[in-house]
Amino acid sequence: MLKRLIQSREALLTGAIMLLLALIFSRFPGFVTPANLANVFNDTAPLILLAIGQMIVILTRCIDLSVAANLALTGMVVSMINVAAPGLPIALIVVIAVGLGTLLGMVNGLLVWKLAIPPIVVTLGTMTIFRGLIFVISDGKWVNSHEMSPAFKAFPRTEILGLPVLGWTAVIAVIVFSVVMTRTSLGRAIYAAGGNPRAATYAGINVGKTQFWAFTISGALAGLTGYLWVSRFAVSYVDIAGGFELDVVAACVIGGVSIMGGMGTVVGALLGALFLGIIKNALPVVDVSPFWQLAISGGAIIIAVALNAKANRVKGRIILKRAERAS
Amino acid sequence: MLKKPDTFLPTDDGTGETAVLALDGITKRFPGVIALSGVSLRLIPGKVTALIGENGAGKSTVVKILTGIYQPDGGAMLVDELPTVFPAPQVAAEHGVTAIHQETVLFDELSVAENIFLGHAPRGRFGLIDLKAMIARSRDILESIGAGIDPEQKLKDLGIAKKHLVAIARALSIDARVVIMDEPTAALSHKEIEELYELVESLKSQGKAILFISHKFDEIFRIADNYTVFRDGQMIGKGAMADVSEVDLVTMMVGRDVSQIFPQRASNPGETVLKVEGYAHPTEFEDISFTLRKGQILGFYGLVGAGRSEFMQALFGITRPSRGRIEIDGITAQITSPADAIENGIVYVPEDRGQQGAILDLPIFQNVTLPSLGRISGNGFLKLAQEFALAREYTERLDLRAASLDTHVGTLSGGNQQKVVIAKWLATRPKVIILDEPTKGVDIGSKAAVHEFMAELAAQGLAVIMVSSEIPEILGMSDRVIVMREGRIVTELAQGDMRPETLVRHAAGI
Repeated sequence: MLKRLIQSREALLTGAIMLLLALIFSRFPGFVTPANLANVFNDTAPLILLAIGQMIVILTRCIDLSVAANLALTGMVVSMINVAAPGLPIALIVVIAVGLGTLLGMVNGLLVWKLAIPPIVVTLGTMTIFRGLIFVISDGKWVNSHEMSPAFKAFPRTEILGLPVLGWTAVIAVIVFSVVMTRTSLGRAIYAAGGNPRAATYAGINVGKTQFWAFTISGALAGLTGYLWVSRFAVSYVDIAGGFELDVVAACVIGGVSIMGGMGTVVGALLGALFLGIIKNALPVVDVSPFWQLAISGGAIIIAVALNAKANRVKGRIILKRAERAS
Repeated sequence: MLKKPDTFLPTDDGTGETAVLALDGITKRFPGVIALSGVSLRLIPGKVTALIGENGAGKSTVVKILTGIYQPDGGAMLVDELPTVFPAPQVAAEHGVTAIHQETVLFDELSVAENIFLGHAPRGRFGLIDLKAMIARSRDILESIGAGIDPEQKLKDLGIAKKHLVAIARALSIDARVVIMDEPTAALSHKEIEELYELVESLKSQGKAILFISHKFDEIFRIADNYTVFRDGQMIGKGAMADVSEVDLVTMMVGRDVSQIFPQRASNPGETVLKVEGYAHPTEFEDISFTLRKGQILGFYGLVGAGRSEFMQALFGITRPSRGRIEIDGITAQITSPADAIENGIVYVPEDRGQQGAILDLPIFQNVTLPSLGRISGNGFLKLAQEFALAREYTERLDLRAASLDTHVGTLSGGNQQKVVIAKWLATRPKVIILDEPTKGVDIGSKAAVHEFMAELAAQGLAVIMVSSEIPEILGMSDRVIVMREGRIVTELAQGDMRPETLVRHAAGI
């Protein structure tokens, strides 16, 4: 029954997205063309990538507030490498970005695992440290478009079958992590560690280590997104993607990921990110003021949480009734 | 049963005593369930009334009605023989009804005095809390029950028994006339239980009416004056304790004769499977050595805090011992994590199965295979066909009934959830199974099923370690028993040498 509920939640979200598109279509048909939708998807790709990582972290009852700072730091490092050594192959740049992001994620994971510091405190701290580090390495200066090599800037924009590489990266991430979450022992351990940490411990799962891997995955995705972000916008500075971590958490919540851990799917995170992405891209087109955009995004979050709470309440009622009869 | 009287004037039950609080024909319905149907209960000043019933009999619903948390759908509540309603918990408190719960509902970060007077603190000028008066009155109340607790201490610094005393002091602070004790001894040691009995006696002499809810018959016979038995939401019988026997009460509770509570089993232990030598922990236990054979049930008895569970957790790799070695099937084993223990054939079914058992958000098959993931995966990828086969094998063996193995465990009944948890451990193909307080808080009917199952496991050649604080269970189930006190093994007894007095003497160190 619960599974049907989750499935219907994802169906519900798909329905909401369709409704949104229909509403936009009635005002501005040009928005709902394949080319423009591919555009919107591409634009939302960074949010999708980070939301997948965040979802995995939230599943283990943690949160990663440092994702946007990780993205910005990695982005700055690869831009500066590109400025210093323009000839470096893009493949190597990607490896460096993913590697650095992974490392930063591991720092979070180690602090949570080995020192048992609450994740919100750890990532609030590392978020500030990462931003500070960007300032230290860049002296607060920007890396601008003309300083970046053409190959560096071209990679995320290269179109394959009408969708740029940036968009394809999100598609591949969705597929890869769907498999990881449903078909590997790590994925299973992640759900178990968040669903009931004590039961997971007794079943031989190291909960702290599982959380470490979740942060590592989140960091790797943030690092990858860091390169894609600075190369796509062709600029890098201290404050890029400032506050973006909150959009990422919002995408997860809208996508039905339970903030209490143990519940959520990659598809849910994808849909949550798309919902926010469509709102962000469509509202200016249909001439809605930016203030309304914020209000609508906020409203969507609250509705999603209310639906989540309702889903949890159904579960709670069963437990209560049982406790009622139990003694 | 009695016909409901037309007037609410004295509901005479033949004893001629006036009840300070009484329920008359109370009914309570929940969607799909009738929790109580027409039950009656009388609480007499200066008397202890035992409320007895299996899990699900409606005991806690009655407590919630008496304390104003639930409103009855029918029937009458009488205070001093006058019809009254308790629309809210505060009203129940104003009438002097107070409850002390299984897990005391108190606030760790507040002081003892603040806990005692929370919600009705004495007020001084400007309506601010008069701290001095609050502490002074707390001290008086705590002294009157001989608690020896400093009212300015933080609650979290107290042990569980002292917390109970604070809860009782809180009850006294509102000038309670009715004190409800819901399984008050569940977490207490032998000595602490004795102190609680004395306290109950002193409350009686102060003229309080006490409702005492317990699963333990020795307790009920020790301190109760009257009894009321519930079964499936109905009142089955009531009367004076002097007029009933244990067998009568059990028969009323379960509605059938329970003559043989423990399964008969032939003990024919096989070769040694587990050998523990000199296990020690810096603070919890010392010098634990024993051997265990196939097909044997080894009981671990001791008072709460004797270090039994702590030792089991070390054996299972949750904590690390500072010294000692273990052999499994004659080969030295290194166990530094639960995963190691499971791989070596040791599994641990912890005390609190609700918290530590199943993962409700995951489907049945994923719960069953969780400790066995290593066996059904290659290079980190799960082999789904193997996974389903494993889950099917063990759920079928336990006769688990569910629409499909995809069903989420959260939607199953309690009994089926229990089966999922057991299937999970059996699927690891263990050699040694550790059961920590396997029947704690479980009603008599389900207890027999658990014992039956343990006997079956042993008969199949599994070595069973049973940690239990219940003497009848130790006597009825173990082939051998190890008694622990203050982290050490004090004695090991074979089945023929086990006597309740011997066990208690060794455990208490007298």
